[in-house]
Amino acid sequence: MIYFDKVTRVYPDESIALDEVSFTVEPKEFVTIVGHSGAGKTTLMKMLIAEDRPTHGSIFFESKNVHKLRRKEMNKLRRRIGTVFQDFRLIRDKTAYENIAFAMEASGKSDKEIASDVPYVLDLVDLGDKMWNFPHQLSGGEKQRVAIARAIVNQPDIIIADEPTGNLDPINIMEIVKIIHKINELGTTILLTTHNKEVVDMIGGRVLTMEKGKVIRDDKNGKYIL
Amino acid sequence: MLFTYLKRIIRTGFVNFWRNGFLSLAALIVLTLSLTAFGALIFGSAFGRTLVEEVKSKVDINVYFSLSAEESAILDLKKIIEQLPEVDGVEYISRDQALASFRNKWKDNTLILQGLDEIGDNPFPAVLNIMAKEPSQYAGIAGFLDGKDSLSKSGTAIIDKVNYNQNKLVIERLGRIIPAVQKGGLILAVILVIVAVIIIFNTIRLIIYNSKDEISVMKLVGASNSYIRGPFVMSGIMYGLISGILTLAVLAIFAFYSDLAILKFAGVQGTQDFSLIVNVFSSYFRQNFGEIFAIILGSGVILGAISSYLAVRRYLNV
Repeated sequence: MIYFDKVTRVYPDESIALDEVSFTVEPKEFVTIVGHSGAGKTTLMKMLIAEDRPTHGSIFFESKNVHKLRRKEMNKLRRRIGTVFQDFRLIRDKTAYENIAFAMEASGKSDKEIASDVPYVLDLVDLGDKMWNFPHQLSGGEKQRVAIARAIVNQPDIIIADEPTGNLDPINIMEIVKIIHKINELGTTILLTTHNKEVVDMIGGRVLTMEKGKVIRDDKNGKYIL
Repeated sequence: MLFTYLKRIIRTGFVNFWRNGFLSLAALIVLTLSLTAFGALIFGSAFGRTLVEEVKSKVDINVYFSLSAEESAILDLKKIIEQLPEVDGVEYISRDQALASFRNKWKDNTLILQGLDEIGDNPFPAVLNIMAKEPSQYAGIAGFLDGKDSLSKSGTAIIDKVNYNQNKLVIERLGRIIPAVQKGGLILAVILVIVAVIIIFNTIRLIIYNSKDEISVMKLVGASNSYIRGPFVMSGIMYGLISGILTLAVLAIFAFYSDLAILKFAGVQGTQDFSLIVNVFSSYFRQNFGEIFAIILGSGVILGAISSYLAVRRYLNV
C-alpha cells in the first residue's frame, strides 16, 4: 500500500533528517514508528502527505509517486489519508462539529451526509455533548479526540498519527490508543509515531525503530528497544 | 453541487467575518479611513474643477468698438472670431443693451441717471466679450485681433480698444498656474490612492496571516485551493462592502454639513458672493451620487476581494 524507496531528506543547513529510508506498509497493518526526538519520525509522516519533499528517493501510495501527483490528485490523496498530530491542528475559529464537517465538505460530501455522520463520529469518540464547543473550550484529550473524529469521518484508507499522545496525561493516552486500535481493527491502516514505551506496549504489532534518520530495526513483534 | 459549494463558501465567509470580531472591526476602520481618502480625492478634484472653471469663466477679452461702428460690421467680425478653434464663445453687447444695463444698475441713483440724460447721446460702445477654451489661448486671440483691420463701410477702423494688454499679466499667470495645480492634484491623487491600496492590502494580509495555520490544516484534509480561498475572499468583499457604506455615510455628512460650516465660519447666513464655495460639495454629492456610490463601493469590494485573494495565495503552497 505504501512504499518508501530510499528516501533521503537533507535540510538547507546540511542536516540529514532522513537517510535512505526504505520500507513498505501493507493494507490494514498497524505500524508504530519509534525513536528519540530528531530521529526523523515527523519528517517521515510529512513526506507521506506531501507536506515536505524528499531530496532523493520516492514515496509510493498504491503505486503512485506521491510527489509527482498534480494538485487535484494530491487533494484527492489527502482525503484518503486521515491525519492526527501532537498539536491537534484543529481550526481555531470552528467548533468541534465544524472542524469535522469541514473535512467532509472538502471531500464534497452532501449536507445530509454531514448532518448524519458528524454527530455519529463525535459519539464514537465520546464527545457528542461537546460538538458545539470551540477548541479553546476543550481539554487536550478532547481536542485529540476531535482530531481523531476528523481523521476517520471520511473513512480513509490510512490514518497517520504523529505523536498523538504527546500532549496527553496517562488516562487520556490510554483512551486515545484504544480508539486508534479499534479503528485499525475495523480495517484502517495506521501509521503512528511515538517515543512512549507504554504506548508501544499497549499497541503491540509491527515497530519500526529510527535513529539519526535511518530505520535501524523493523520488528514484527512490537518491541521498543532504544 | 456548484450551488452547495457556493452556499458553503458564502456562509463560511459570513461566519468568519463575524467570529473574527475585533480583527474585522479593525479592518473595517482601516478600510473606511482609506476609502474616505478616496472620497476626499473625489471631492477635492470636484472642488478644484469648480474653482478652476469659475476663475476661467471670469477671464475674457473685451473688444470695444468705436461709437460709429455699424452693427453689421461688428456681427461680421463676431462670426469670424467664433470660427477660431481656440474660441469657446463670443457674447455681443450692443450699445443699446449696454445703456439699458447701465440704467438698470444705477436705477436708484438719480444723480448718475441725470448726468447720463444731460449727455443726451448714448455714450456706451458696443462690446464683444470673447471666451477662450483655455487661458493660455488669449494671447493668440489678442494677436489675431491686433492684426485684424476691421473697417466700417466708410473705411474707418471699428475696433477702438482690446483690453487684453491690461489683463495680460493675470491671464498669463492663470495660464501657468491652472495646469500646474491640475498636475499637482493628479500626482497627489495617485500617491494617496497608492497609499490607501497598500494600507488596505496589508490590513487584510495581517488578518489572513493570523489564519495561516488553519489554511495549512485545510490543505492537509484535502480541501481544494478555491474552497479554502473562497471564504476569505467573501470576507474581503464584506469588509469592502460595509466600509464602503460607512464611507458613503461619512461623505454624505461631510457634504451636507460642510456648507453650513463654511457659512458659519465666514459669519454669513448665505449670500450669492459665497455661491462659489457653498453648495459645491452637497450639490456635487447629489448630482453624482451614482458615480460616487460606484467608485467607493466598487473600490472597497474589488480591493477587499483582490487583497484577500493574493494574501491567501502565499499560504496555499502546502
